[in-house]
Amino acid sequence: MAITTTTPIKAESRNLEFFYSNGNRALKGITMPLYENKITALIGPSGCGKSTFLRSFNRMHDLYPGNRYQGEIVMHPDNTNILAPGVDPIEVRMRISMVFQKPNPFPKSIYENVAYGLRVRGETNKRMIDDKVEEALKGGALWEEVKDRLHDLAFNLSGGQQQRLCIARALATDPEIMLFDEPTSALDPMATANIEELMNELRNKLTILVVTHNMQQAARVSDYTAYMYLGELIEYDDTDKIFTNPSRKETEDYITGKFG
Amino acid sequence: MQPSQLKTKASVLENLEAVRAMIKRHKLNDYIFSIVGLLALMFALITLFVLFLDLVMDGYPRFGLEFFSEFPSRRAGRAGLLSAWVGSALVMLVTFLTAVPMGVAAGLYLEEYAPKNWFSDLIEINVSNLAGVPSIVYGLLALSLFVYILDLGQSILTAGLTLGLLILPIVIVSTREAIRGIPIAIREAAYAVGATKWQVVHDHVLQYSYGGILTGVIIGMARALGETAPIITIGALTFIAFLPPTPITAEPPFLNFEWLSSGFTVLPIQMFNWLSRPDHAFHINAAATGAIIILVTLLMNGTAIYLRYKIRKNIKW
Repeated sequence: MAITTTTPIKAESRNLEFFYSNGNRALKGITMPLYENKITALIGPSGCGKSTFLRSFNRMHDLYPGNRYQGEIVMHPDNTNILAPGVDPIEVRMRISMVFQKPNPFPKSIYENVAYGLRVRGETNKRMIDDKVEEALKGGALWEEVKDRLHDLAFNLSGGQQQRLCIARALATDPEIMLFDEPTSALDPMATANIEELMNELRNKLTILVVTHNMQQAARVSDYTAYMYLGELIEYDDTDKIFTNPSRKETEDYITGKFG
Repeated sequence: MQPSQLKTKASVLENLEAVRAMIKRHKLNDYIFSIVGLLALMFALITLFVLFLDLVMDGYPRFGLEFFSEFPSRRAGRAGLLSAWVGSALVMLVTFLTAVPMGVAAGLYLEEYAPKNWFSDLIEINVSNLAGVPSIVYGLLALSLFVYILDLGQSILTAGLTLGLLILPIVIVSTREAIRGIPIAIREAAYAVGATKWQVVHDHVLQYSYGGILTGVIIGMARALGETAPIITIGALTFIAFLPPTPITAEPPFLNFEWLSSGFTVLPIQMFNWLSRPDHAFHINAAATGAIIILVTLLMNGTAIYLRYKIRKNIKW
């Protein structure tokens, strides 16, 4: 695990352990940096803890009682440990947004979906919200398709459009990091290609962490790839290196399809 | 027998006829059950329909505007429902204003805020049990609590509060059901953009569940409308030839709360009163009242179903 880069670190987990309320130790001492304006992919077989790791970054686990973190996730440049007891999960979620596995727009209009993050932050200036909604929808590569029907229900969009709407919703509040939890697993290949292209563009604005079941996807979109197995980080390196010349036997077995 | 000699029934090709016969036999059960189910359904529906028809035919001569605009009278042909339907309406108003805020708040708290442990389980079981408590027990409770201890009198307020308590579990349970129907993914989406719990509840949970909550409220109100036992227990009058003071007045402050402490009667009690008279002419009035109560109940339930359909139409998950 020797990534050599001059890219600044945006966030890093340090000895991160995670325990579900049933006592299951899902993460076993993960130490791993996320580099600024890069896409980091998490791969590994089901149950390896990659989603658990991702969801630790916006404290999603705090929604369910009994879950417990150990270790730190430190954000830069302010050096805030976002897992510290004094840090409110809401503050964390205002800095780190998330796109989910299945498109989950609110049963509201397209406009209201994107504006919701701003409303939550108390923004009431209509013109400001209008501008931000347009900007976010453009950022989500959806503006051209929906600009004439912003007040239609979001459910009337196709699956791929819904997912881009969810990206726009996450984008509207200018997050520093965006988490993608298998963002294309419910989409067809065309929609998947759109989302991947979009992620590639988003990299210029923010740092991305993406969980994917699809190894080709990791190879296509990411700069760095981490292979996890049974709650441990097995290997973390340049994506090219991981897929062409991994240094660990386990990684090679997984990416060549010997198991998993 | 050697395992190799065992003939399985697995190969369809070799036993085509036998397999077809077997499928036919198995499918017979579907057929039989759908007949039984249909009969059970028809039995319930037809019974209700015949009952309703009977009431309508008996009460037919009394249907007319005067029936709603006349006070009860010693002469059956001139007796009307005025004080009863006004009383029912006012009692329902109090019931609505108490049961809905309390029931929705309690349901929301239990579902969204309360920690999930043995204590909340206990409360949950008790709420479900409350829904099954006989209504006359509520009447006794109300008599000692509202009438004697709180000294609210045998009034519209007492009756409204009693029925409010009675349908509270229905409102709580339907609120919780409606809230539970909202997928976790939607909540997580809202939390993920930085919403607080109250923002999630206010902007999402309530918005998407009010159709279901409303349905529960209307069904609860329909039940309260027909309740007789607890109202008798708290001592509603059976013969009332006056109206309570009007809630809305012409001069400021335009609202008047004297009606809350007024004596009253309600539709089912008026019906009960007429039914217990020996003179057959009054039984016609009772039948007409019964038909009206059923009709209003059906209308309320129909509205509930329509509203649920209308509101759910825009929500797909």
